[in-house]
Amino acid sequence: MKRRMVICTYSIVVLASLIFGFEPGVEMGKNLLTFTIHMMKVLPFAFILIGLFDVWVPRKTIEEKLGKEAGIKAHLTAIALAAPLAGGLYVSLPAAALLYEKGASLDVVLTFLGASTLVRIPMMIFEASFMGIKFTIVRLAVSLPLVILSSFVLSKLIGEA
Amino acid sequence: MKVLWATTIVLLIISFAKDKDKTLHALKTAVKRFKKLLGDFAILLIMVSVALTLLPPQKILKLLKGPGLLIGSFVAAVVGSITFIPGFISYPLAGILKEQGVPYTVLASFLTTLMMVGILTLHMESSLFNRRFAILRNITCFLIAIIVSIVIGIVFGEIP
Repeated sequence: MKRRMVICTYSIVVLASLIFGFEPGVEMGKNLLTFTIHMMKVLPFAFILIGLFDVWVPRKTIEEKLGKEAGIKAHLTAIALAAPLAGGLYVSLPAAALLYEKGASLDVVLTFLGASTLVRIPMMIFEASFMGIKFTIVRLAVSLPLVILSSFVLSKLIGEA
Repeated sequence: MKVLWATTIVLLIISFAKDKDKTLHALKTAVKRFKKLLGDFAILLIMVSVALTLLPPQKILKLLKGPGLLIGSFVAAVVGSITFIPGFISYPLAGILKEQGVPYTVLASFLTTLMMVGILTLHMESSLFNRRFAILRNITCFLIAIIVSIVIGIVFGEIP
């Protein structure tokens, strides 16, 4: 209900801006269009991959490789799974939710989420070309261990998700 | 992007060749999961467009150029947390900022929070996991980003 009201109000603002020529409102509508197109280039494919993963990878495999007993190896697997991902949190969050549903432990899911924002290979190449390779390496060397360490503490604090 | 498209199509074909029913089931699951999040995606897009209108890249450029190391890093962390900018815009922007003399410390703070902390995806994170999960994870990532920017500052000789 609240959601519907936000969408309605937003549509009215953009429409009114178009009619009365209110520049920031029109700009906002254009931004919405740009981002919608950008996300639609990623989302359908990402969700098909999530669907395929759901059907083909058995729960047992996830429990074995990413579950409570798998230890630090599970974290490395999670990082390897996250590295080739495209898109931002809006893709890795649904993917992480699926892993959790299928029996990955919470700390592994947290590492997966962190890694999906930090070690995306396509983005890292892009980053290094603008910021220099040293910047990218230091950023990774500091953030990745912190993500793994904090995932243990965080999963204890969260309990059940 | 093209790698994603190609991978998806290839895997879909392989899956279809192996088991038609299973593949159809996978597609149905994909649609079901997408539909469940459709409202969240709509709200996310609206918030992204509002945030980008209030804080366009030119304004971010001005905000991060002035205030120096300490305040700059803090402002960068806040801006990075509340905005949602895809990599194809954020890295070129950071490149411009670097050439204009903005310290690496500030840029690290901006880029890391931008990637890891998502105030705009908070509602989606809450509905996929729960609110406690979303809030605690984002606070932790904010702290990690601060540590990253401090280490970057030391390595690049900006923090003595």
